[in-house]
Amino acid sequence: MTFQRALARPKKKGSARALAWFFVLAGSLATSAHAQLRLDITQGVRDAVPIAVVPFGGQAEGGPNDVAAVIAGDLQLSGRFKPLERRDLVSRPTRGEQVRFEDWRLLKSDFLVIGHVVPEASGLAVEFELFNVQTGQRLLTNRLVTSERGLRATAHRIADLIFERLTGIPGAFSTRIAYVAVDGRPPKQRYRLMVADADGYGPRIVTESSEPIMSPAWSPDGQSLAYVSFEGKASAIYVQRLATGDRKRVSARSGINGAPAWSPDGRKLALTLSRDGNLDLYVLDLATQGLTRLTSDSAIDTEPEWSRDGASVYFTSDRAGNAQVYRVGAGGGQEAQRLTFTNGYNARPRLSPDGESLALVTLDRGAFRIATYDLKTRNLQVLTDGRQDEAPSFAPNGAILIYATRAGAKGTLAMVSADGRFQQRLSSDTGDVREPVWSPSPPAQR
Amino acid sequence: MKWTHAVAFALLAVGLAGCSKPKQVQPDTTAQAPVDSGAQTSGLGNETGPATGATAGAMSAAQQQALAALQSRNVVFFEFDSSEIRADYLSVVAAHAAYLTKFPTARVRLEGHTDERGSREYNIGLGERRAQTVRKALMLQGVTEAQITTVSYGEERPAVEGSDESAYAQNRRVELVQVQ
Repeated sequence: MTFQRALARPKKKGSARALAWFFVLAGSLATSAHAQLRLDITQGVRDAVPIAVVPFGGQAEGGPNDVAAVIAGDLQLSGRFKPLERRDLVSRPTRGEQVRFEDWRLLKSDFLVIGHVVPEASGLAVEFELFNVQTGQRLLTNRLVTSERGLRATAHRIADLIFERLTGIPGAFSTRIAYVAVDGRPPKQRYRLMVADADGYGPRIVTESSEPIMSPAWSPDGQSLAYVSFEGKASAIYVQRLATGDRKRVSARSGINGAPAWSPDGRKLALTLSRDGNLDLYVLDLATQGLTRLTSDSAIDTEPEWSRDGASVYFTSDRAGNAQVYRVGAGGGQEAQRLTFTNGYNARPRLSPDGESLALVTLDRGAFRIATYDLKTRNLQVLTDGRQDEAPSFAPNGAILIYATRAGAKGTLAMVSADGRFQQRLSSDTGDVREPVWSPSPPAQR
Repeated sequence: MKWTHAVAFALLAVGLAGCSKPKQVQPDTTAQAPVDSGAQTSGLGNETGPATGATAGAMSAAQQQALAALQSRNVVFFEFDSSEIRADYLSVVAAHAAYLTKFPTARVRLEGHTDERGSREYNIGLGERRAQTVRKALMLQGVTEAQITTVSYGEERPAVEGSDESAYAQNRRVELVQVQ
């Protein structure tokens, strides 16, 4: 079953606008994105639960704000559900009293979602109901007030609620993903830092350059991105507010400025600098610009990631001869402790939202794959089966990870559930897509 | 397209800054559109500034000739996960060292690169290590610290596309870019 969403965006208009683009290169998230990212699910999922999401009453089918389509897409993206094809829906109830459960039992759908959109004094209201088809029990119903512009966000919110009701895990569909898109052939490539909804909809350019952009990192409040840009012919770290496009260059020291990671309180960045010709970890206080050195070793120390309490930093080092994951105190002047011993290469640790495990890149039987490392049991579990999987990032609910992989010669994105049971490959019709990072949950849900 | 404007500005800028300069040994000149000019930045760190080689003054014919001779020999390749200079590329380093010691105002920019395997920031570290190896080799042969700048692009700027050993081998490299 293929579920496709063509993410149509308005086309850009004229060269005046194009020229303006050049001058506001780092400007605010523009409304027209020329990198058309379309995410297609290209790989089915075994054991997914069948669910019917009936087109909602009160709105036309098939537009970008088709509430049922957004909900079905989210549920499919989670890997745990298999929404029925629309053409297979035998009837189109929009209110509970219209439902004939035997219809849905015949279709072997375990669950049923129906609803409708109605005008409201302040805009629109979306009412929905979730049923267990076998028992006929209504599991969930709610009414959400929104507007025409807010319909997609409301649909994601409904998907969150349904997902939580059926799995016990909060949904992560009302979130965004930042990633790097690269077009063109070497050595003339164009690099764009993008932000899109978690389902790939509405990609926007955050910044673009003919020099590499890498390592995007969300601030804990989801308002800003830190990233590395080589636009000045050397690496520098920038922090950019998404709403306004305002940005600051926070580190452009001699040598490498890389791998920014926000402290849990959002006041500091852990980063890597090569002030003495070799990479070491530092903590930069964003308000005072004060630098604290965490490591001083002749090896490569990079890819820092904060512990949940902000007291220590996980990182990659090859001080033992090959890349492994270590932990060091965030206050400086402490000895680092090695964590990983399985496999000859473990790198780029990313902490799970519950703080109990790290996702990382491991060299598994000659291939680079995504694994989780349990901080308590020290067990390393390989989740993916690609050849060159990298850059894992947890969804804020911890249930799923997005990562970068290769499909043929192209860099693309994929998702895997934290237990490794479900995998989804996503493809884009633009060039290389890489370094996906999942945003924190929106404030209302934290 | 908008980049035509950008490139036009870039060419204009290069033309004004270096009308008496010889052709620079930079394989990627057009990739240097001044994207920085549109950025709203307020850098708080130490300014490093790119190596632009903007020193005024004409180059002697001898230097131009020596520089031209280096053009075909400006890349050192490496084995996987290694920053050792392979024996067959020691002569490349020696040729650049000879040029840089003979012309003390000359400057070189060492650009370290890796293949695409492994994590990106770790590869930045590996590319830097390769650039540093070449830097030390140059300095052992009399090149001064002030003549050398290094930058690591990790796997971000491959020389060729591809995910096979042949492409990897061409991408694991340090480019010696003579900037004046």
